[in-house]
Amino acid sequence: MTNDTKGPIVRIQSEDFDTAQILQQATKDNSNIGAVVTFTGLCRDEGGKLAALELEHYAGMAEAEITRIAERAFAHWPLDQLIAIHRHGKIAPGENIVLVIATSSHRQAAFEAASYLMDFLKTKAPFWKKEHLIDGTSSDWVDATDKDDEALNRWKDI
Amino acid sequence: MKILYFAWIRERVGFSQEEIDLPPQAQTVETFLTWMKSRGEEFDYALEKDGAVRIALDQEHCNDFSCSLEGVSEIALFPPMTGG
Repeated sequence: MTNDTKGPIVRIQSEDFDTAQILQQATKDNSNIGAVVTFTGLCRDEGGKLAALELEHYAGMAEAEITRIAERAFAHWPLDQLIAIHRHGKIAPGENIVLVIATSSHRQAAFEAASYLMDFLKTKAPFWKKEHLIDGTSSDWVDATDKDDEALNRWKDI
Repeated sequence: MKILYFAWIRERVGFSQEEIDLPPQAQTVETFLTWMKSRGEEFDYALEKDGAVRIALDQEHCNDFSCSLEGVSEIALFPPMTGG
């Protein structure tokens, strides 16, 4: 993954990603990175009940919206890189859903930017999760939670 | 105008997108939604939960339903998002 022009890297894809490989690319040839924060969101099995999650997305807007969020983070914190990868389609328990990597000279910027990006991504990126249960009895859409909306409050001055 | 539907709003409408001519009264998001609900039972059912319908105009969130649709070419209707 190359990043010739300074700015976030955003990818929306159905295939899995290799966190270690992306991490290695992100820090390669830059010895001034002092902090790397990596967040990976995985699919839970909800206590053994879930067979798979199906992630529907709004192609085009998903990439555009995550890029807008990432650009705000990039403008606010002194970051070296900000990478977001979000999968769509059917995802089994234990598999990756989302990856955020923030690199910076110091840890605070990396922690905060990664957290900011995830908080906004949860409620503003156009993805919708549908649960498929193991017993096959039902499949339903996951409800948005107030907790996710409230998480945005701490960033209201940014 | 291209209209896109996602998640359970798509399921209730019965399809994922359509191309339609908007009537003259649909000048803002609000009047557009009122007209949409009057198009038939499936639209009324899909859009019945007022607080649960999110709108994007040309792939950007619209939080102000008094927003004009002038110059817009794509409207998306969807429930609250559950990404991440």
